Amino acid sequence: MATEAQGEEGGLVFHPMDQFIVKPLFGDGPVGLFTITNVTLWMAITVVAVIALMVLGTSGRATIPGRMQSIGELAYGFIYKMVEDVAGKDAVAFFPYIMTLFMFIVFANFLGLVPMSFTTTSHFAVTVLLALLVFVTVTVVGFVKNGAAFLGLFWVSSAPLALRPVLAVIEIISYFVRPVSHSIRLAGNLMAGHAVIKVFAGFAAIAAVSPLSVVAITAMYGLEVLVSFIQAYVFTILTCVYLKDALHPSH
Amino acid sequence: MEGELAHIGAGLAAIGSGAAAIGVGTVAGNFLSGALRNPSAAAGQTATLFIGIAFAEALGIFSFLVALLLMFAV
Amino acid sequence: MATETTGATASTCVVDGSAVGMPQLCFDWWPNQIFWLTVTLVVIFFVLSRIALPRIAAVLAERKGTITNDLAAAEDLKAKAVEAEEAYNKALADARAQAQEIIAEAKAEIQADLDDATAKADAEIAAKLAESEKKIAEIRESAMDSVKEVAKDTAKELVAAMGGKADGRTVTSAVNARMKG
Repeated sequence: MATEAQGEEGGLVFHPMDQFIVKPLFGDGPVGLFTITNVTLWMAITVVAVIALMVLGTSGRATIPGRMQSIGELAYGFIYKMVEDVAGKDAVAFFPYIMTLFMFIVFANFLGLVPMSFTTTSHFAVTVLLALLVFVTVTVVGFVKNGAAFLGLFWVSSAPLALRPVLAVIEIISYFVRPVSHSIRLAGNLMAGHAVIKVFAGFAAIAAVSPLSVVAITAMYGLEVLVSFIQAYVFTILTCVYLKDALHPSH
Repeated sequence: MEGELAHIGAGLAAIGSGAAAIGVGTVAGNFLSGALRNPSAAAGQTATLFIGIAFAEALGIFSFLVALLLMFAV
Repeated sequence: MATETTGATASTCVVDGSAVGMPQLCFDWWPNQIFWLTVTLVVIFFVLSRIALPRIAAVLAERKGTITNDLAAAEDLKAKAVEAEEAYNKALADARAQAQEIIAEAKAEIQADLDDATAKADAEIAAKLAESEKKIAEIRESAMDSVKEVAKDTAKELVAAMGGKADGRTVTSAVNARMKG
């Protein structure tokens, strides 16, 4: 997150979106399907971090856990309890899947906070794929487990009969808006925070404002640390909520 | 001229962020007042709190997105 | 990621090193990101589901087992302690009862001894009392006689001194009458 403002033409020039540029790590070629880019690099670091915590950290299998193992077990217990409480006991089969989503998002978010890093989860390409994965999984699971009864999700049987078609339309729309809000929430939060930090950093070029700017960056950074975790949590818990709808579609 | 209008639109869209802030504040405030009345039930409802905040915040994020689109994509 | 060299990046989304519009909406980059995201998710999923999660589950189960065992052992020890306390209390009560018995016995014995001694002493005292009374009576008797003698003699002498002839019998009866009075 280098300072962006340059004194060209005498005014401040902000490029808050430049930090999200995808570019090849080696050379200047076009970004193709298999090109190794900064996305690759930071996703690889995410994978390494997840492995370090969940595999290397727990390699001791200690009955009395050390620091790393404690964190790993904490994450495990946190998500396991969430799946069990929110989605129900029969959703435990999906626990590794949800755990994968959570670990990836939380590590990608936190790694994105490392200065000069690239935030993979701030890209719609990433979050839309994640949200679509959840959406498709939930829909498929819903139809496989309940058959046509899954459509009962849209037919609110507790409402008066005359209202039901209207409600069905609303329910269907809200069902299909789910992946949109699910993905945009995550990417938007991350992007907003990083862009705002960048804009504040741009103001640091003015000597009179720079102390204020540094304070503002620090405050935003603290907020972003919070947001990073909360967004991962929210993404995961919403996945659990959707999964609950798929497993128990009755309202 | 069109670019300037887009910037004005972006500024107007940013008002939505403030509206979302009101929404999030309402959710959190009501949760807090409920939690203070019945602290024993509060722990079980934190998940609901975060879901509520997430929904309220999502709409603010939408307005932010509109602002960004107007700023950079139009 | 900020300062891009002004090299010709082969994308319409970047001009002179800065993003044109939102990089998020540059669809040239989407296939690349989606591909690498898929790879990442698959790797994380397999690492988690094959290695990490079963391991953590095993560790947690083992710990739970250990804790349960320890708790059971603690429960056992507690029961034992309660048992020991009961035994101790019983022994204490027994000892108390025994002591009570011994005390009662000793008390009875002492009482018996005391009664014996008291009775003996009472008898002795009674005997001595009787003897003393007898002696006193004797003494009184003899004293009475002596007084009579002395009175008679004195009366005779007195009468003689006054010039009369004292009749022994009259004097004796007079003295006797006086003594009774």
